[in-house]
Amino acid sequence: MSNSSSLWSDAFRRLIKNKAAVGGAIVLLILFILAALAPWIAPYPYAYQNLDLGASPPSAEHLLGTDILGRDLYSRILYGARISLLVGFVATTVALFIGVTWGLIAGYFGGKIDTVMMRIVDVLYGIPFIIFIILLMVVFGRNLWLLFIAIGAVEWLTMARIVRGQVLSLKNQEFILAAQAMGVSNFSMFKRHLLPNILGPIAVYATLTIPQVMLLESFLSFLGLGIQPPMSSWGTLIKDGVESMEEYSWLLIYPGLTFTITLFALNFFGDGLRDALDPKTSDN
Amino acid sequence: MLGIFFRRVLLAIPVLIAVASITFFLVRLAPGGPFDADKAVSEQVLKNLNEAYNLNAPLSEQYFDYMSGIVVGDFGPSFRFPGRSVTELIMTGLPVTFELAIYSMLIALLIGILSGVVAALKRNTFLDYIPMSIAMIGICVPTFLLGPLLVLIFGINLELLPVSGWGQLPGDKILPSLTLGFAYAAYIARLSRGGMLEILNQDFIRTARAKGLSESMVVTKHAMQGGLLPVVSFLGPAIAGLLSGSFVIETIFQIPGLGRFYVEAAFNRDYTMILGTTIFFSFMIVIFNLLSDLAALWLNPRSRDT
Repeated sequence: MSNSSSLWSDAFRRLIKNKAAVGGAIVLLILFILAALAPWIAPYPYAYQNLDLGASPPSAEHLLGTDILGRDLYSRILYGARISLLVGFVATTVALFIGVTWGLIAGYFGGKIDTVMMRIVDVLYGIPFIIFIILLMVVFGRNLWLLFIAIGAVEWLTMARIVRGQVLSLKNQEFILAAQAMGVSNFSMFKRHLLPNILGPIAVYATLTIPQVMLLESFLSFLGLGIQPPMSSWGTLIKDGVESMEEYSWLLIYPGLTFTITLFALNFFGDGLRDALDPKTSDN
Repeated sequence: MLGIFFRRVLLAIPVLIAVASITFFLVRLAPGGPFDADKAVSEQVLKNLNEAYNLNAPLSEQYFDYMSGIVVGDFGPSFRFPGRSVTELIMTGLPVTFELAIYSMLIALLIGILSGVVAALKRNTFLDYIPMSIAMIGICVPTFLLGPLLVLIFGINLELLPVSGWGQLPGDKILPSLTLGFAYAAYIARLSRGGMLEILNQDFIRTARAKGLSESMVVTKHAMQGGLLPVVSFLGPAIAGLLSGSFVIETIFQIPGLGRFYVEAAFNRDYTMILGTTIFFSFMIVIFNLLSDLAALWLNPRSRDT
């Protein structure tokens, strides 16, 4: 146990030294707090319209201006952050759950089970899922939770491969054999012995999945197939911004800037985490 | 080597059949028939419509009809454009999308490989840092944001380039191709930098240098062959990405290609069109993935003996 705790504290020390990763983490932390507090700190409700005002540039009353319907852009970006971050985390959790379970079972039991399960992953890899998500949205309507699950169900494949690889390298080590000899059940074998030892790669890959998932959601929302008005996600805000960018460029620039900064922060943090937990790959 | 080739090709067949079947049944699962939205349709007309599009036959018969149609390239009639077949519509949009994809790919390869190789050779100098920082931007700024921003700058403020269209005004192909190609240029730059760095450390490069080959010879003849392997394997997924990227680009720039047809079909609930284009896109992606895998296998000397 002392060995594993020193691994984590070593990793933490390396992470702290990486300025880009720390900067990313700080940006993300601020963003989480703002998104969580949105109903209390947003100056206006997200659907509040002021049709008399219409689109107005940034001012003292409306920090980032208003859109064509007179809705406060700052409030809408705050509420949009909730949706975009929620998608990022829920879909990543779904992907994590399926991928880790799949990889654990395939890697641990091995043999025919492994072959069949990994062949299924191979076949699924070949399927262009983004088109399928669009199809799902068309067929079953644009439901927020369906969107979460559909995106998550797409992103688990790589996670399954990573986990399986890790389990394969672990399962012949003495402590696993010892646990088997003691008659530990499969479930607690996974929970107590295997999972804690592969948390590193899982954490890294999960962090890098979040920005991909958020991009996918905003891509769909941009096409009009994701989040529906009057709710806002960053994708729908950018879509609205594009439609009126010739006259009201701030409607495109502020949501775009927020989204880009968030993606930067997530990527920097993810890269930093990978370098910290796996110093071998960080050389180049 | 040949064995792997055959296995990969064989693996693609169940993928194609699975894709076509899943798509078919998903669309049939959709609540409501394709003509429900047309309010003015009377019962008799509805019946005739269903008859005309063969929707009254048992599902299994429809399925086999459809699947055997696909084999000969027949995707059935379009629900929304009476008298036109889905195959016809696909063939109208395909050349445009294909041209866009080729230009974007060329831009991506040219910029990506050049800056990646230079960055690897001039590691930890500003020739490394600057292109790699730009690449990070390319990865973090989504195309649906980059496109409108470029339009805003070059189209609206500077009035240098047309803001939309394809092949109507001089220079209207530049912005769409650049937008779509940029993100892939970024990925390719990172991949070729990583691949080159790994190769440049190896013994055979040291040998090549030691026997007095010029640096340009070492790089182009020896290092790039292996160093660019990751780029070759990336080409398949990249083409898949370019095709789905075309949904956005063609919508932003109002380009009459396959991607825009697809998005429009999704909005109009033109089920046969969605079904046909989904299967068509999927086939193309599966095939390009297969080709890039096979190319990477063929180029990799380590896989030749097996």
